[in-house]
Amino acid sequence: MPQETEKIFQEKIEGEIKIEPKDWMPEKYRQTLIRQISQHAHSEIVGMLPERNWITRAPSLKRKAILLAKVQDEAGHGLYLYSATETLGVTREQTINDLHSGKAKYSSIFNYPTLTWADIGAIGWLVDGAAILNQVMLTRASYGPYARAMVRICKEESFHQRQGFEILLVLSRGTNEQKDMCQDAINRWWWPSLMMFGPHDSESTHSDQSMKWKIKRKSNDELRQNFVDMIAEQAKVLGMTLPDPELKWNKERKHYDFGEINWEEFWNVVKGNGPCNKERLEVRRKAWEEGKWVREAAEAYAEKKAKRKAA
Amino acid sequence: MNFQSRKNYYGDIPEEKGNGNIISSDARTDWPLWEIFIRSKQGLDHKHVGSLHAADAQMAIENARDVYTRRMEGISIWVVESKYVHASNPDDAGNFYEPAEDKVYRHPTFYDLPDEVKHM
Repeated sequence: MPQETEKIFQEKIEGEIKIEPKDWMPEKYRQTLIRQISQHAHSEIVGMLPERNWITRAPSLKRKAILLAKVQDEAGHGLYLYSATETLGVTREQTINDLHSGKAKYSSIFNYPTLTWADIGAIGWLVDGAAILNQVMLTRASYGPYARAMVRICKEESFHQRQGFEILLVLSRGTNEQKDMCQDAINRWWWPSLMMFGPHDSESTHSDQSMKWKIKRKSNDELRQNFVDMIAEQAKVLGMTLPDPELKWNKERKHYDFGEINWEEFWNVVKGNGPCNKERLEVRRKAWEEGKWVREAAEAYAEKKAKRKAA
Repeated sequence: MNFQSRKNYYGDIPEEKGNGNIISSDARTDWPLWEIFIRSKQGLDHKHVGSLHAADAQMAIENARDVYTRRMEGISIWVVESKYVHASNPDDAGNFYEPAEDKVYRHPTFYDLPDEVKHM
């Protein structure tokens, strides 16, 4: 019987029929999704922190309003994903506790600091650019609530990437100092952005369950190559360079060749030793603790109102 | 020899021993969960868009505005506490919807009419 249900499940996946919350699913599928979607949600939430650094210091009121709107979008993306996680049977509180305790991970890219205003441009262009490639793929994920959250997110991400590129474009046409600032931000964010796609495909000897379940449809290296091809061309428009001497168009492959990622750095940041890992989690925990009285007050107020209505 | 390694994907960050301390969980639980329905424009149905937590209905509506209508996606919002939503069981779908399956005559295409008949 369990084998039979598993077979029906896999047939639905093959037939591109979405899995919905109340449908039967293998426990491992559920656990994989809980882990992946909640990590994705945490990434959106922690992702607000490097950017909030520049809200009060944005160079103009226009830039400040745009950045505020973008950061608010990130909070919204976190919420779409948290509610998708919840459809799999875990509570919101548990999910958030897992982030605060360090048990759950978030994208390592957000453990790098934002040193100058140009970093806000580089994040929009490179970090959001990398995220979009992944998220477009995930709009076709087999789990309905995840796919729907992704559609919503993708509609909003394009603004993020374009505003980032435009920040850099303005700097690239500015004074020498502004040009240098632009190039410096690109130099610092390029490699961490490539790391966002994760380890090489060749590191696996396992048949890949996520692919089989159609949660994902492209491998890390495939997405990374798409990204490099896209960014290498866009960098020309900025008149900036990417910090990789091996970056070169390969006529036969019809793709850009590029250098090797520093995997030691990658694993180090994953393990918690990046420049801002500690700070990021501390800020999240503090926000949660300091918001406690607000949560309680709202609850008390709701109770009081309900009583008054009943009376 | 037994080789084992993992394949990791973007957004799926490899497990390592967690760092940091476990934060003791509040004794209280989350605010209630609400299902959100939005009418995108006058004349259309309200459509389910997702869910969120809020202390009461008023807060659910305000949060829904901030979460789901930042780009003018709606002009009207319904919120329903999730515990009040009752749903059919997907496991019974086969039997449950079976009565409709053999009634092809409910569809207009079931009836063959001569071409001379217009507007029907």
